[in-house]
Amino acid sequence: MSRGKARRSVQEKLAILADAAKYDASCSSSGTSKRNSKSGGIGSTEGSGICHAYAPDGRCISLLKILLTNACIFDCAYCVNRVSSDVEREAFTPDEVVDLTLSFYRRNYIEGLFLSSGIIRSSDHTMEQLVKVARDLRTVHGFKGYIHLKTIPDASPELLAEAGLYADRLSINIELPTERGLKSFAPEKSVRTIKGSMATLRSEIEVAQEPTLRTKRRKHFAPAGQSTQMIVGADGASDLSILTTSRTLYTSYDLRRVYYSAFSPIPDASSALPPAPPPLAREHRLYQADWLTRFYGFELTDLRDATSDGMLDLEVDPKLAWALQNRGLFPVDVNRAPKELLLKVPGLGVKAVNSILRTRRYRGLRFEDLRRITNTARKAAPFITLVGWQPGALTDDATLRSRFVKPAQQMDLFAA
Amino acid sequence: MTALAIGVRYSAELEHAADFRGFRDGVRRLWLAGVAPRDVAWTVGPPAQGLFEAAPSASSLRAPRPEEAPRVPKAFVDLSRLVICHKAPDRFALAHRILVRLQDEPTLLKVATDPDIARAEMMAKNVRRCSHKMKAFVRFRSTADPDGGERFVAWFEPEHHTLDLTAGFFERRFAGMRWSILTPDRSAHWDGAQLTMAGGASKDLAPDGDINEDLWRTYFGAIFNPARLKVQTMQSEMPKRYWKNMPEAALIQPLIRSATQTTGDMIAAEPRAPARSTRVARERLAEERAVAGLSGSIASLEDLAAAARHCERCPLHGPATQTVLGEGPRDAPLMFVGEQPGDQEDIAGRPFVGPAGQLFDDALEAAGIARDKIFVTNAVKHFKFEPRGKRRIHQKPGLSEIDHCRFWLQEERRLVRPQLTVALGATAARSLSGKAVTISKARGRVMDWPDGGAGFVTVHPSYLLRLPGAEARDNEMRRFIDDLNVIKEAVWG
Repeated sequence: MSRGKARRSVQEKLAILADAAKYDASCSSSGTSKRNSKSGGIGSTEGSGICHAYAPDGRCISLLKILLTNACIFDCAYCVNRVSSDVEREAFTPDEVVDLTLSFYRRNYIEGLFLSSGIIRSSDHTMEQLVKVARDLRTVHGFKGYIHLKTIPDASPELLAEAGLYADRLSINIELPTERGLKSFAPEKSVRTIKGSMATLRSEIEVAQEPTLRTKRRKHFAPAGQSTQMIVGADGASDLSILTTSRTLYTSYDLRRVYYSAFSPIPDASSALPPAPPPLAREHRLYQADWLTRFYGFELTDLRDATSDGMLDLEVDPKLAWALQNRGLFPVDVNRAPKELLLKVPGLGVKAVNSILRTRRYRGLRFEDLRRITNTARKAAPFITLVGWQPGALTDDATLRSRFVKPAQQMDLFAA
Repeated sequence: MTALAIGVRYSAELEHAADFRGFRDGVRRLWLAGVAPRDVAWTVGPPAQGLFEAAPSASSLRAPRPEEAPRVPKAFVDLSRLVICHKAPDRFALAHRILVRLQDEPTLLKVATDPDIARAEMMAKNVRRCSHKMKAFVRFRSTADPDGGERFVAWFEPEHHTLDLTAGFFERRFAGMRWSILTPDRSAHWDGAQLTMAGGASKDLAPDGDINEDLWRTYFGAIFNPARLKVQTMQSEMPKRYWKNMPEAALIQPLIRSATQTTGDMIAAEPRAPARSTRVARERLAEERAVAGLSGSIASLEDLAAAARHCERCPLHGPATQTVLGEGPRDAPLMFVGEQPGDQEDIAGRPFVGPAGQLFDDALEAAGIARDKIFVTNAVKHFKFEPRGKRRIHQKPGLSEIDHCRFWLQEERRLVRPQLTVALGATAARSLSGKAVTISKARGRVMDWPDGGAGFVTVHPSYLLRLPGAEARDNEMRRFIDDLNVIKEAVWG
């Protein structure tokens, strides 16, 4: 195509700059402060996020996720926008982004904006442009919807501080699970700088959470916290090494989320990348393992039991894989076991466990009762006892794993 | 009477399908009269002719006075408000039955395994989900009111009767716009100040397009990643029943059809070699080379900081945020060496700023030592920890980590040249003496380190933080301050 300077329409720009933004997995709009527009402006946030549509890739579309520009002076091998890629380059003006956001928001297409950018000229220049969009939305238009800004590593602390005033969430991508991976695939980036920015954000967020002495009110600074993303399958890092890195990041910088993005084929791919993408199931298993550490009390030592040679089992979920390696702890008595142990039973989720704890104060549970509480009671069966149910030798049955492995399913591409 | 009406003793009329006020009023009267839930036919709108003609209306029964009203927990009000929005015809009878049972079984709602409760909870869940989908999938189209003002109108077909439940959300979100949401059995209108609920509408009353829909479809198509086709996931979250009123849904089939081809083309394409080297990468490399060249010729604390920033002498640099070097005047006569940075120090990049640092400051003040006259640092320059729950738990540095990091401590001592170097705790004593030191034996007197400088050993302030009981803490704090007084005497006389 022509590389001339013919001015493109907003629609043509949108096609290019949304296409360039789609490799960021995050589209969350949850966990921020509650606001509404009853006293002016437009928009609201009520705690839980809303997915306004789903694309056929199964991903939620909650925010208008675009780049301000896809021009970039970096050459990160995994990125479609790297300087050596032959994709078409475009740039929105800050005003165009503001208008698009408001037009989409008024029609209830989106919860807000997720704005990122390629690095142009300098990190500070790029960050200033992002902040300008957020500032105009908030202060000129009274926009109360959700704003997620990607933070440019290396941007000055003053710009980070201003970004936090307007954004609900800030994020900086760690990009790869290992320092070596980052060095070889993203020669312009530095893990020290990335972590340094995360540390700065954690301090700012913590300071803002302290109610001030005078007004007793909390300062607004990125109330939905910070998140990051890691690309899976581009370097040789094992699942355990990925999860170790994410545990470190969660606990070090109080991250709300670590997103895992299985690297997928991109147009004009770099020869530095491995030729075959990892299976999407790998990404799914990583999310499940991540969930186990955040909501189910699993530590890295537990996850080690759920892996072999550092890799999670693709055929069964990590909780089940862990339980199969720790059968000595089972079966557990659903009517007596403490919460920590119930949470480790395959097939019992956080909600089901809470229902069990509430109900058993009044009534003993039978197996039929459990089926009313959860759809996955059968999965739990080999690992529990209840009134009228004993798994007997099933818990230690050598073929137990195979009972849970579904025969390979044909992917139904045209089911829709 | 028709067969349907057999057993029906009362009919209860509701204004619309999710009329909670009407339900509440009717059920209170029915309860007071002792009418069993199975004996009531709930009807929406004007009663169907002939069906229940013989059944007297619940509205003819007496309403209970406040002291006669049935007692229910607030959780029942919340639950039944949701349940009656469900499309199941028996929803009112179910809520009525639970109300009656609650009078004898006050903890009934907590019994998730009870069949009535399990069903009510399931219906409430469906309704919540339906309400959430309404918030998500309503698509407004711009049109003009007779006065020329802009109005946004949406046609929507919910699975359950959730418009009344959900209208408040749109009011809070779009308070400054005029809008209408039309559904087959209910509509909501907001004029910028007042919400009005009205009867059902039809699709032809809503606009059939909006100038932004082309843009929105462009976005939907561009944000889709054809290499990650997951049609079932999409469909379970965005069921087909909603597609006909979503402008972007027309693209779904074509996107799915072309995905395999697009992805195949991307994989088959010849990969491109990376750029030879970018300016930024060259600058970064040059900086690293310069720093590597420094070691051996470090002439200042600034050089030292630059060189230590990239330290990879031991594995601790991996999980940590940054190298934390010492802090204080370059000609300080007194240097304190702690163990390693903690969580706060790792984030701030400065030593002794966390809880132990604050306690150390208190002790220094009590002994009359000004912090800005001393140099404080650590034996190990990276935070060693293990993730646990939501936190990082401190781990004691190992011998090899202490040994590898000694280089930086020695450089700090070489550059600052303190008269006296104090080891706070066993790790610092180990680093400075090169061997294991028992604090209780070595504590309290000025001695010499093997490299010749004057030294002193005492406890680490974090030891004081961990002591159980205020009395033990007070005693040990006093001993620690006594040590600081000896140190002050030795340095400043």
